[in-house]
Amino acid sequence: MNRPEKLSIEKSMAGRRGIRFAKPSKPASAWLPEGALRKALPRLPEMGEFEVVRHYTRLSRLNFCLDTHLYPLGSCTMKYNPRANEEIAGLDGFAAAHPCAPDAAVQGTLEVLRRLEKLLCELTGLSAFTLQPAAGAHGEFTGILIASAYHRSRKDRKRTEILVSDSSHGTNPASAALGGFSVKTVASRPDGRLDLEALKAVLGPQTAMVMLTVPNTLGLFERQIREIAEAVHAAGALLYMDGANFNALMGLAKPADFGVDILHLNLHKSFSTPHGGGGPGSGPVGVVAALEKFLPVPRVAEKNGKFVLKTKIPGSIGRVRSFAGNTGVAIRAYAYLRGHDGQTLRSIAENAILNANYVRAKLKDLFPSAVDEPCMHECVLRTEPEKMGGLKTLDVAKRLLDYGFYAPTIYFPLIVHEAIMIEPTETETKETLDAFVDALRAIHAEALTDPERVHAAPHDLPVKRLDELGAARTPNVAW
Amino acid sequence: MYSPHTAADRSEMLRAIGIASLDDLLAQVPSALRAAALDWPAALTEPELMAHARALAAKNKPLSCFAGAGAQDHYIPAAVKALVQRGEFLTAYTPYQAEASQGTLQAIYEFQSSVCALYGMDAANASLYDGATALAEAAAAAARITGRKKILLPESLHPEWRAVLQTYFGAKGEPKLELVPCPSGRMDLAEVEKRLDDTVAAVVVATPNFFGLLEDGAGIAEMAHAKGALLIAAADPVSLGVLEEPGAWGADIAVGEGQGLGGALNYGGPYLGLFSCKKAHMRHIPGRICGLTTDADGKRGFVLTLQAREQHIRRERAASNICSNEALCALAATIHLALLGPEGLKEVAELCVDKAHRLAEAACAVPGFRLRFEGPFFNEFTLECPVPADRVQKALLKEGILAGVPLGRFDKAMKNALLVCATEQRTDEELDRFVAALGRVAR
Repeated sequence: MNRPEKLSIEKSMAGRRGIRFAKPSKPASAWLPEGALRKALPRLPEMGEFEVVRHYTRLSRLNFCLDTHLYPLGSCTMKYNPRANEEIAGLDGFAAAHPCAPDAAVQGTLEVLRRLEKLLCELTGLSAFTLQPAAGAHGEFTGILIASAYHRSRKDRKRTEILVSDSSHGTNPASAALGGFSVKTVASRPDGRLDLEALKAVLGPQTAMVMLTVPNTLGLFERQIREIAEAVHAAGALLYMDGANFNALMGLAKPADFGVDILHLNLHKSFSTPHGGGGPGSGPVGVVAALEKFLPVPRVAEKNGKFVLKTKIPGSIGRVRSFAGNTGVAIRAYAYLRGHDGQTLRSIAENAILNANYVRAKLKDLFPSAVDEPCMHECVLRTEPEKMGGLKTLDVAKRLLDYGFYAPTIYFPLIVHEAIMIEPTETETKETLDAFVDALRAIHAEALTDPERVHAAPHDLPVKRLDELGAARTPNVAW
Repeated sequence: MYSPHTAADRSEMLRAIGIASLDDLLAQVPSALRAAALDWPAALTEPELMAHARALAAKNKPLSCFAGAGAQDHYIPAAVKALVQRGEFLTAYTPYQAEASQGTLQAIYEFQSSVCALYGMDAANASLYDGATALAEAAAAAARITGRKKILLPESLHPEWRAVLQTYFGAKGEPKLELVPCPSGRMDLAEVEKRLDDTVAAVVVATPNFFGLLEDGAGIAEMAHAKGALLIAAADPVSLGVLEEPGAWGADIAVGEGQGLGGALNYGGPYLGLFSCKKAHMRHIPGRICGLTTDADGKRGFVLTLQAREQHIRRERAASNICSNEALCALAATIHLALLGPEGLKEVAELCVDKAHRLAEAACAVPGFRLRFEGPFFNEFTLECPVPADRVQKALLKEGILAGVPLGRFDKAMKNALLVCATEQRTDEELDRFVAALGRVAR
């Protein structure tokens, strides 16, 4: 167990088959011109079904995952997702629905989508949602296009700039640039919050939008969010909220009350779709009433108890993806939300906040917080190499793997030196958190007694520390 | 509800934090910004929730599916479904800690390799959202690579994909999109040539195209290259079980919708954006890429690589804004292709060709029905009906058949055109029922 595996292609044996289909009445060459056909078959593995099952089962065992390990990746909300929701999304009625089927044939799916939109409106206080964006970054891009359309509709063509915080996710500036905007970065104050005065100094008639994450990536609530919103609106710009950290606000606060105009949520973070090794996600975008007409098409509407998919809406920014979006993810989110009531939703945020502060308190003597005050759903700590024999955050992260914990997010946000960003989420027990804290404390002690062992970590995994530079210098990305 | 804390846990934790009550922590959010109690329905227990969901799912009609248009009903082997539900894959995330994510990383490497093998390319990424956004990323990459600002898009491309590119680039104004008319249902080389100049970054060729037809990719590629433009191919990966791979006929970048490789229809998503290219363009690929490397002992291993292109490093100068992708769908595709192997994929593709051609022949034998366009096709064809295609669809729906996609919704001039698709899933009985039902519409 835990040994590296050969590639599937290396296990391939000519003539093996994993599945067979019926024979066609005629080969393709009978129907199609010879010149259109492939000269040689693609180089794919030839394996029996059992070999395939064993291969991928063995590969799976080389992974840490939430089901087996604490996975405290800050900003990622790696929490338990009820298995019932997997079964629900896989129900034949939902899974077999063709995206071009007429509305009358897909009333069940349309009803779920519409109901989910309404629940998200209630959670956030916003007026309308689109479920089309396929991920958080895709939602940001959608929000940016909405802002662009809004200013254009007012013949306000000078707004070419988007402001982001220096603690923002990298997707914020990248999405803004993709939308054709120039990006200016606003500094945070020493207390980790956006500097309102610095913001006011750069707000102007050229500002299209300000993008903020709330709570921010230091796990801190932007206490001046209302004042920020007022300043943004006074300058004629819009306020965008990156809702990646919504797990901290669930049932506790509504972004519309902050003065937010546009926001995206990550359904795969707070609302139950497992992360799947990197996706799929879903990044619904919510807006205030004045911006509703700009939302992308298609949109679900309700008419006399029937649901329809509207594809032509004047003012809409258009399509950001084919079809209706990651519907399977939306179905899981709907199921998740219906498994809660208002009180239990709020307890998600409360317990997420409790867990993060517990970890922070238990570690603060060895790993100080970036900002020394209570946090929301995640805490950003620092490694102090000068007190750890020169060892760095990367060494601590790699050694944690030997102790049986996935590492937190590291070196982010960029404004914190040697950052360790820990998001325990509400679904972890106190015992697990205690064990995690003990591991970090043990590593800190080890750094002084056996720094070499920490620096060479991991030791007990399928591979030792991997050569990333070499991989990038001479890329080998396919067999 | 999924929080495990007991009252004792909670008070012990509060004590460790050094506060008396949870409210002390919640005070971080000023009271003026706190929400009142949510207006929310009562929580459903798991059995209640399952019953509720089943009732909703039952409102969708089970249909014999002859619709394609970028989403096709292919068989998903049981082993694919079982393996992707393994918690080790399902509940891991982006493999930031490579040493603890070798399973996911190796699977991504195998995915990239399989995509390259199918498309005849040298490099591929770990997936994008869907085929349409993969094409948008390809267009942006082509503009970056060539330093040119115009993309030629054929009218024979999926109208929703065209719409997505319009949304992506319309507001910004670049790259500029120019439409190549395709009155015959296929790209006319003269129409392409007319528009090709040294400002064109890339010509897009979808083959099989939206109408199901095969394009003269090689001819267009030659023309594009002569003007220093790139050729972006959009191709259904299942079709590549029999059709010549884009890399062989001259494509520089190839994209596709990968849903047909182990993905359910799911009313449009999650799907799987495929992106591959020739080696020269590797450093312009958007999104995550897995690379082979060695560990400290010289043992083979895998890491995310070429990360300097990505948003978390480059921010506003990144190649793309993508972060989360469609990893689990990519895993399903990888396992699907390993099960099928080259022979199985060919078998599926040949069944698709055979069934669609037999269906087209039989449908055209029904008085009043004919093929709207001439030319070779893979497994979709455009059926010109004697009445509006909407009416055909409605009539067949009553018999439990999803007849196809009426094209009038995209183009008023095509109101009698029905885009029909047959995959390996459709039995001969279903084909017969479809044709018999057409006969009743014609009468």
